[in-house]
Amino acid sequence: MNHDQFGQLSNWSIVLAAVFYFAAFITHLAEWAAGRTVPADSEGALLGAGEALTAESGASVPVQVTAADRGAERGADDADDVEARVARLSAIGFRLTVVAAALHLIAVVSRGLAADPVRVPWGNMYEFAMTATLVVTIGYLALFKKYALTWLSPIVTGFVLVVLMVDVLILYDPVVELRDALQSPWLIIHVISAIIATGAFTLGGMASALYLIKDRWLRKHEGELPTRGYLARVPSLLQLDRFAYRTHAFAFPVWTFAALITGPIWAQAAWGRYWGWDPKEVWAFITWVVYAAYLHARATAGWKGKAAAIVALIGLATLWFNFVGINFFFGNGSQHSYA
Amino acid sequence: MSTTSLEGPPAYGAEPRPDPGPAPLAPLEFLRWTWRQLTSMRTALILLFLLALAAVPGSVVPQESVDPLRVIQWKDQHSTLTPIYENLGLFSVYESTWFSAVYILLMISLVGCILPRTKVYWKAMRARPPRLPRNLARLPAHRTFSTDAAPEDVLDRAGRALRGYRQDTTTDDAGGSVSAEKGYLREAGNLLFHVSVVIVLVGFAFGSLLGFKGGVIVVTGGSFGNNLAQYDDFDPGALFSPKQLKPFFFTVKDFDVTFIKEGRETGMAHKFSAGLDYQASPDQPTEHTRISVNHPLKVDGTNVYLIGHGYAPVVTVRDAAGKKVFSGPVIFLPEDSTFRSFGVIKVPEGTPKQLGFEGEFYPTYAFTMETGPFTAFPEDKNPALSMAVYAGDLGLDSGVPQSIYALDKEKLTKITDDAGKPVRVDLQLGNTVTLPDQLGSITFDRVDKFVKLQISHNPGGWIALSGVVLALIGLLGSLFIRPRRIWVSVRRQDGRTLVEVAGLDRSAGGDLAGEIDELAQQLEEKA
Repeated sequence: MNHDQFGQLSNWSIVLAAVFYFAAFITHLAEWAAGRTVPADSEGALLGAGEALTAESGASVPVQVTAADRGAERGADDADDVEARVARLSAIGFRLTVVAAALHLIAVVSRGLAADPVRVPWGNMYEFAMTATLVVTIGYLALFKKYALTWLSPIVTGFVLVVLMVDVLILYDPVVELRDALQSPWLIIHVISAIIATGAFTLGGMASALYLIKDRWLRKHEGELPTRGYLARVPSLLQLDRFAYRTHAFAFPVWTFAALITGPIWAQAAWGRYWGWDPKEVWAFITWVVYAAYLHARATAGWKGKAAAIVALIGLATLWFNFVGINFFFGNGSQHSYA
Repeated sequence: MSTTSLEGPPAYGAEPRPDPGPAPLAPLEFLRWTWRQLTSMRTALILLFLLALAAVPGSVVPQESVDPLRVIQWKDQHSTLTPIYENLGLFSVYESTWFSAVYILLMISLVGCILPRTKVYWKAMRARPPRLPRNLARLPAHRTFSTDAAPEDVLDRAGRALRGYRQDTTTDDAGGSVSAEKGYLREAGNLLFHVSVVIVLVGFAFGSLLGFKGGVIVVTGGSFGNNLAQYDDFDPGALFSPKQLKPFFFTVKDFDVTFIKEGRETGMAHKFSAGLDYQASPDQPTEHTRISVNHPLKVDGTNVYLIGHGYAPVVTVRDAAGKKVFSGPVIFLPEDSTFRSFGVIKVPEGTPKQLGFEGEFYPTYAFTMETGPFTAFPEDKNPALSMAVYAGDLGLDSGVPQSIYALDKEKLTKITDDAGKPVRVDLQLGNTVTLPDQLGSITFDRVDKFVKLQISHNPGGWIALSGVVLALIGLLGSLFIRPRRIWVSVRRQDGRTLVEVAGLDRSAGGDLAGEIDELAQQLEEKA
């Protein structure tokens, strides 16, 4: 295949990937719609199952809300049927997402092969967003079993779908050679670490957002646990917080590496200063400080839980603002205006 | 999770601090109160947010240290806001008092946190694992089983299963217990991280005190000798003296650039590089090199970077009699990525009045009724100049230093034609325009290019870099080493051996249930 054909392949696979994400998203919505009709016995089944699943031993397939210990008066047979349907839909959605991720990966790789000379596909916003969403999906798929992420499925697939649509419709750029400033081996290491951190922070932010939603629900209902619908199947606050923390704890050092180590080294080589308070650098620094605050907040009395989750979301907002906002609002003033 | 007295020194961040209450009046007490407030985690958090917030304006308002030219342009456009912003230090946020105040307070808070914790850690590191708590069932992870094996055997196995832990085993008539602890390096990592932040700051300060950064624009064919007078802008550290400038010299021989001709990136400059002949010092031989983005010239600890480029149209101004009064390349600064450029020409001598030209340079001139003049492409395919003409006093002798990129119009008047309309000279390459009122003529001879170079010396870079690397190592330790304590209690009861296994994870996100299960299983199976 020649470069142009790879470009075509990339364009087609990203569209096809979006179609599969869409199918997965719809399936997961159907899954939760199906689950709405019966109580999700959250106190017993879900908490128990969740506890077992966070154990390091690694756990069974996540669609484990067994109806076994439900009372007969609730109509155990009906509930069984519904649970079976929920489980089936979840499994289908998961498989559709795997297919979507594979197509997504093909799109990213062929995008790199489409350039002449062949290069890493992280040269502009279109490529960055495409790769960052792939990281979100891969992170989600990889952690799916360990953390029983069924509750995250509609959010991840919906989010990736929306971002890919925006990416293809608005940010699309034909393949061109890398501009001079980007022709450096540091591109690979600096940008991929920024992308991985962005993906992981995004996943963590989803858990933090759910934490806030569930927390609000619990406050409103004075501690009574939700029994029906989506929220009933979202794990306990403790588990949400733990999942959010672990993804953030992974992302933060990676971000440190991207923004504060490889970034300055490259900036020293390209622009003659390792830190110049360029708008992109300023916002990368702000993001770093906010996430540092998150890690501290999580360990401070009075800031644990809700406040920490809010801080995490502020961090995510600064991160995405840095990615989108800087390019659109400060385009001329930033030396980073390509990315 | 409940904290119990058996935890000993607190794990990372879990420091329970009593609320110090309102400020006491006695001076010493007040100082202690202030210190405690300042070094509390809550204050540190607030300072972190303030730091993030304080950094924001620097990304919105142009910064002196980042792009002095944009600051000048901005000030021209915003006459009301400028004095307010100047008073607030918004043009140099990162050197301003208030920004420094936030990070200095944060550093004090940091040190106030590191010191006592180092002391606590020092003790904890040498301490034995805490003794068996009275009620193991109260711990978050806990398992019990009974077996026929002898207590000593179980204890022995527990000891082996907990290899890698610091262990204490005690025995008595009824059985015995193992106390085990590991993960001591988490707090070390945590301390290392915080110390490293201070190191980074020291490196940063070192560089900005002892280094310098300067910018200069050189037209191709022109040269540069490294002394203060030759810089367009020069930003030295507080402890840097211009005498420390290394005596190198270079000539910009040529400049190459290619503009992309198709796609959305059309017009983007790429593959640009400048050929330089340089001497490291006057007694050294001349060497040739090419510099480009990512490939600076390194001379004697000082680096020369190619950071920008643009056009310098060459014009000749003659008086009414045809005598040359000005000739040479004039730098026009690009205003956007199309390379429509803005510049001024000052002619101080030779004509009846001093002359000033101000206007645009278009590399590929084009015109439509809707857009007016514009440049269709950034390459100089159809170069044109379009300038207004001023006559009078350029203000060069007023003693106030003047930008070469702007006219001081105070004592200048726009020249008008007979109909009273302002005169604009529009010049294609090679054209000459005669000015009214016997003021002479101007010719557009050719187009030269200029390069914008940044010359800098950054001595503290390696300190800052090693600081960040150490910080990262510390960070990894503090996030991923999981300190935990495990106890195994063995008692003889009713002819069988009752074994209790319990654990406490002291990290911020930990859960030991799995490990305790596994350990219990191991002991049970072998028993």
